[in-house]
Amino acid sequence: MRGDAMRGLAVFISDIRNCKSREAELRRINKELTNIRQRFRADKTLDGYQKKKYVCKLLFIFLLGHDIDFGYMEAVNLLSSNKYTEKQIGYLFISVIMNSSTEMKQLIIQNIRNDLQSRNPIFINLALQCVANIGDREMAIAFTNDIPRLLISGDTLDAVKQSAALCLLRLHRTSSDSLQLNTEWTARIIHLLNDQHLGVATAAVSLIDALVKRNPDEYRGCVNLAVSRLSRIVTSSYTDFQDYTYYFVPAPWLCVKLLRLLQNYPPPEDPSVRSRLNECLDTILNKAQEPLKSKKVQHSNARNAVLFEAINLIIHMDCESSLLVRACNQLGQFLQNRETNLRYLALESMCLLAASEFSHEAVKKHQETVINALKSERDVSVRQRAVDLLYAMCDRSNAQDLVQEMLAYLETADYTIREEMVLKIAILSEKYAVDYSWYLDVMLKLIRIAGDFVSEEVWYRVIQVVVNRTDVQSYAAKIAFEALQAPACHENMVKVGGYILGEYGNLIALDPRSTPMIQFNLLHSKYHLCSPATRCLILSTYMKFMNLFPEIKHHIQEILRHDSNYRSSDVEIQQRATEYLRLSEICNPTVLATILEIMPPYPEKQSPLLVRLKQKKPLMEANGATESQPAASGNTDDGPKLTETAIHLNQQAQHQNGLLVSLDTPESNGHHEESTSHHSSSAKKFLFKNSDIIFENELIQVGIKGESTKSTLRIELYYGNKTNSHLTHFSADIFTPGDLQTALRMNFDPIKSTIDPKAQIKQTGTIDCIKDFAELPTMNISFLHNNMLQKIDYAFPLYLNKFIEKAEMDSNNFFLRWRNLDKPNQECQKIFPAKFPMVYNDCNQKLEDFGWSSLVGIDVNAENFCGAGIINTSTQPIGCLYRLEPNKQAKMYRLTIRSSKEGVANRLMELLEDQF
Amino acid sequence: MIQFILLFSRQGKLRLQKWYTSQTDKSKKKITREIIAAVLSRKPKMSSFLEWKDLKIVYKRYASLYFCCAIEQDDNELLTLETIHRYVELLDKYFGSVCELDIIFNFEKAYFIFDEFILGGEIQETSKKSVLKAVNDQDVIQEVETPQGLIDEY
Repeated sequence: MRGDAMRGLAVFISDIRNCKSREAELRRINKELTNIRQRFRADKTLDGYQKKKYVCKLLFIFLLGHDIDFGYMEAVNLLSSNKYTEKQIGYLFISVIMNSSTEMKQLIIQNIRNDLQSRNPIFINLALQCVANIGDREMAIAFTNDIPRLLISGDTLDAVKQSAALCLLRLHRTSSDSLQLNTEWTARIIHLLNDQHLGVATAAVSLIDALVKRNPDEYRGCVNLAVSRLSRIVTSSYTDFQDYTYYFVPAPWLCVKLLRLLQNYPPPEDPSVRSRLNECLDTILNKAQEPLKSKKVQHSNARNAVLFEAINLIIHMDCESSLLVRACNQLGQFLQNRETNLRYLALESMCLLAASEFSHEAVKKHQETVINALKSERDVSVRQRAVDLLYAMCDRSNAQDLVQEMLAYLETADYTIREEMVLKIAILSEKYAVDYSWYLDVMLKLIRIAGDFVSEEVWYRVIQVVVNRTDVQSYAAKIAFEALQAPACHENMVKVGGYILGEYGNLIALDPRSTPMIQFNLLHSKYHLCSPATRCLILSTYMKFMNLFPEIKHHIQEILRHDSNYRSSDVEIQQRATEYLRLSEICNPTVLATILEIMPPYPEKQSPLLVRLKQKKPLMEANGATESQPAASGNTDDGPKLTETAIHLNQQAQHQNGLLVSLDTPESNGHHEESTSHHSSSAKKFLFKNSDIIFENELIQVGIKGESTKSTLRIELYYGNKTNSHLTHFSADIFTPGDLQTALRMNFDPIKSTIDPKAQIKQTGTIDCIKDFAELPTMNISFLHNNMLQKIDYAFPLYLNKFIEKAEMDSNNFFLRWRNLDKPNQECQKIFPAKFPMVYNDCNQKLEDFGWSSLVGIDVNAENFCGAGIINTSTQPIGCLYRLEPNKQAKMYRLTIRSSKEGVANRLMELLEDQF
Repeated sequence: MIQFILLFSRQGKLRLQKWYTSQTDKSKKKITREIIAAVLSRKPKMSSFLEWKDLKIVYKRYASLYFCCAIEQDDNELLTLETIHRYVELLDKYFGSVCELDIIFNFEKAYFIFDEFILGGEIQETSKKSVLKAVNDQDVIQEVETPQGLIDEY
């Protein structure tokens, strides 16, 4: 070990350690500080050794947590000492204490410069290490030439090169704009990857990684070198690397850094480089299967560190399905390992694998194990990872099971992760709901078992879904009513239940168990237990009741008049009570009905839940970002308000239409675009139009145009790059799962793989309809943006009506055919409330745009619509007839559809029932 | 990149700190306090990793001392554990069966070893021999330079 260093320092440290109390320690320190101050002030003849010793004592005192406000000058003086150890302590003091000091900066820089120019490499290294510790803008400017020169010069010692590389890295990180690296040096810097000395290569990769991130094209040459270096390491025996072998693993640090460097680029294009890289990855996966060479944890850690980084690279490239599946199997083994660390990391990596189409299915095989982890892991952070993975592996096929498991776990879950779990359950059950009554069951259960953790976004969303889906509203009213009957009911349940009954209470009012009065009494039994904000919401419900159930108006007016509301100390309650009461007194029923009209549907934007989840976990949700553009949710303060929200949301819808026009050609969307623009916000994409924006997020926009002749639809797809950089490796595919495969035949031209900034590319193709269909195809888009892989999956809005051809006929003919189509499965009839103002021309236009005819003068009632069409499939033409009867008083429609082929009427009904 | 490294005792006393990003003294103290509390509250059998703000904390206990590294999201946790281990090995070899006291009394040496092993938050040299040689060379110079036999006063 060392020669005996500074005895005075050792004595001082023991003194401090022997202090019995904090006070004694303070006294001892103050005594020492006084002593040092005197020495520095009085004794101009202090020699270097003494200065070094006192500066060291100051350092020690600083590290104990005390402020040091003197001695800086003495420390800087030490820098110019020609004794190494004095210099070294001077640099240490500067690095530890003065990391952003001011006045002496120039003096320090001057000293560093002197040392950098020294002929003694150990002096040079001290200076470099100091810059690597505290380097800043001024140093970047001062040494913009000296340090790179040291790095690439042929006669620099290896140890100096290593320090110089990481010193440059520090300067690059703190002020990359001040550091001017000559492009002539690029090739030589890259070639450090090949340096014979593994230490030099290890240090250099870190620098190159940072330079690559700033300028990937300039440093592209590093890919080949990195692959070949990696290949040489992984194919060698561990004995080849002497001291760079760590517990039988050859150069793990260098390997990991190289594997990370490669994650800055897409898979190598040169086939030979690519296959060499694949071999490396294969070898690493193979080695993971070999028996351990040592029982020491260091061996397995180092080996698995390389393995996990290799898997990261495999996931990043996301193109070799065999590697992805092997990686998945390997991680599956780790899920059962007794090392908690490995289980934790395996769960984390599997989340990424679940997002890849190649390995998603392979991940799902481990569902049981992951669910077990949720139940049996003792470490909450591991359980958290298990939840993340369940969320990532969820899809339509397993959603019901997984949601059930997560709900079960939620009841006993740690408080720290409950809110996030609630969000995840809410998102999954909505995203994969086949049946929205299931969704509602889940959500109400969620509120019941974890009401405190249900954030506003979650219950807002429940209401948005119910408002937007007419088919589920009466069920919603029924179960909300039932939920409110529970003796202890969470306040969030009261909010949701209150809101739903206010909108749709009428749908269950005929049931003697839930008459208007019973509904009202039930809700009012909760009223006094709720916070003012909830009471305000309930008051709005009461107001809506007055419209839905005029018979209980007096009871409600009485409540509003009651002192606890009318003279409430809460201003908002008082205001609502006063205004609602007045409104109910002065308005006639028609005016009241207009004011309290049913809520219009919300525009389908990105779910605010995803936004919320992303805020909670900014890095986890890379795959969740595929939904649509970042939502500006208009309602984050109060519950969804009665009228303001609707207006606000409609503005958004118009804004969306504004973007839409940018891709449409003027002739393709005549005047009707304007006339329906404020209605079509919730319309299914491409349903009534022949051109539409079918997907959009912050990066890209996808537009479609279509034109059909008989059973063939000619399609033009436009992919627009919204960013200021190139999108590369662009690919877009449309898949026809299941039955669709036999119903549709697609034929698309290939497209370019790169989209220039702010430009769009066009793809043309045809879709042939072979037989009628119900499901939607899915569209997968993937590309690289800033070297980040982006994947987007969404339903491709191709509906059966695109193949309808108008049919014209007279009244006799129409009714003759109508009567002929009288088998049970040939007809479908539904009654539904109007979602939009009941304007004749709007309806007429929609029916025409749907594809079939709208025949005038057929029906005896001029308000009704009738028409006919033929669905062209290449196997058979399918005739279809319809009759739409508006009832303006009840604000309802009755739609009847008949078709020659059984089941088709139902399908057409599904498309239209929420569109009027 | 490693953002900072902390060494502290089971009693929560900070023994060594190395910062690779600029922080004010105040925020250093705050971060240190929070991390020590978080790590000390971990139970055995738990993983060696914890998420802290946007960083990952990797820690391991050796006898009475906790070694704790804060790394970024895309850094490799397992390798960081071995980075810690390699540093412990370096200390052990240098001091000869290192204990907490060695680090208290020779804190400057612990810093010098850091600078040879890790620089700017990245691994500089993984060879144990090379690092130890560099540090031992410094000691040889020190032997030559230190005035021997003088009575040391303070």
